[in-house]
Amino acid sequence: MKELLEILENNAKLTPKEISLMLGKDEKSVIKEIKKYEDKGIILKYKAVINQEALGQSQEVRALIEVQVSPQRGGFDSIAERIYRFPEVKSCYLLSGGFDLLLIVEGKDIHDVAKFVSEKLSCIEHVRGTVTHFILKKYKEDGEILKVKEKDKRLSVTP
Amino acid sequence: MKFNLSKTVLNLPPSGIRVFFDIVLGMKDVVSLGVGEPDFPTPWHIRETAIHSIEAGDTSYTSNMGYFALRRVLGKHLKQKFSLTYNPDKEILITVGVSEAMDLVMRAILNPGDKVLMVEPHYVSYPAVVTLAGGIPVAIKTKKENSFKLKPTDIEKYVDKKTKAILLNYPCNPTGTSYSKAELIALAKIINKHDLLVISDEIYDMLSYNYKHTMFATLPGMKKRTIYLNGFSKGYAMTGFRIGYACGPEQIIDAMNRIHQYTILCAPITGQKAAIEALEHGEKEALKMAKEYNRRRRFVVNRLNEIGLNCHVPEGAFYAFPSIENTKYSSMEFSMQLLEKEKVAVVPGTAFGESCEGFIRISYASSMENLQEAMLRIEHFLKKN
Repeated sequence: MKELLEILENNAKLTPKEISLMLGKDEKSVIKEIKKYEDKGIILKYKAVINQEALGQSQEVRALIEVQVSPQRGGFDSIAERIYRFPEVKSCYLLSGGFDLLLIVEGKDIHDVAKFVSEKLSCIEHVRGTVTHFILKKYKEDGEILKVKEKDKRLSVTP
Repeated sequence: MKFNLSKTVLNLPPSGIRVFFDIVLGMKDVVSLGVGEPDFPTPWHIRETAIHSIEAGDTSYTSNMGYFALRRVLGKHLKQKFSLTYNPDKEILITVGVSEAMDLVMRAILNPGDKVLMVEPHYVSYPAVVTLAGGIPVAIKTKKENSFKLKPTDIEKYVDKKTKAILLNYPCNPTGTSYSKAELIALAKIINKHDLLVISDEIYDMLSYNYKHTMFATLPGMKKRTIYLNGFSKGYAMTGFRIGYACGPEQIIDAMNRIHQYTILCAPITGQKAAIEALEHGEKEALKMAKEYNRRRRFVVNRLNEIGLNCHVPEGAFYAFPSIENTKYSSMEFSMQLLEKEKVAVVPGTAFGESCEGFIRISYASSMENLQEAMLRIEHFLKKN
């Protein structure tokens, strides 16, 4: 039930009953399907999507870091794992193109991130080089535009 | 100063919707289920095209019949979708929404005293538009037991020598009712028998959930007598762009254009350019919206039946038309009380015809969150009253 995943990805607070109504299926099979996805790790977790921008001043700092690694037998997986196990690393991707790994790293402030790069990341064996870009502002993330939802502009009653 | 205004206009009954709108306007924090337009903004690629068109300086009049590229693309689209050919030169007219097309067709075909059959519950404007054109609207009352479907025997019952045309609207606003091809063929037979003109308002054709939509003009013997009306407001969420169209026999389209060229001149160019983008690249986003409406439809209809507001399953559009006969209220009383006590706005059924007393229209063109909340509030209202 791919549609089920689509619905939950958009709003995880919907109950199996509500989802079953939306899909025109019976509640039992929806509950079963959800459990199957959870057990298989296809549904990893349920999270609230927080708009950090709206929180204001006391935000964490995030940086996009390009990492160049020297080639390894067995591929990139083991190096990537050594890197992403750090809790500061929020995202880790293997990319095609000019460099190898792309990280999103979070810290209290710029110094915190810089410290992580110099004292932890660059020291990892096989990391050849890093380029750090600090995120100044987030406009859109994972399909969500980070703006306060606009009020319904439509006339309240129309034919 | 005393005005001696048009008697026809003064005799038009006030819109049932308008009355309600004025009341809701004065209230805060209302969850409105009374909106007859999509809650999605127009897909971005269509808006972007419109913006670009304005920046590029496309701000002039188009030809009366409509920007030719749009008519051409529309002709191609109808051929692909319904295997029906309309000559973009003489058989397609671009109008300011289906509303204008409806007004034009009535004025073009009706002589004083001509009757037009229409299916009740019906869209609010239909009787007024017929009356303003000098015709006589005849409402065929349908029943909840038949899911408000028009039957061939209904037409037989109401047709007479003065009947010029029948006005069809499917999927229907306010009931959401639509028809299978077989059901429409049966209607077409009777229409053929009585040699009626057909005005077919198919504005919700892209929101047809139970049936693959059948365009009326594709049925045997119907193309030569049907004026097909459609637009971009609901399927592509382009209500504010004000673009609709009429397709039909050359003589009728020409007559409609004669009025159109004097009264409106042409539909807005920005909307017409945006409409081309909708036809050429808009299918993906349109399907997404339709999918979302369908989910909401299932949710709302189930919840309504659960809480005791008996509702037939609407096959299209984005409306449910539940019965409030299990309550002690009239349609207007129910709507007013619900608004006052729970701040939920619905539209009383009587806005859609006299026989619709005992019903309300609920629009599910609203987010799931709003619908969930509204259903809870209605449930609460029913428990306490």
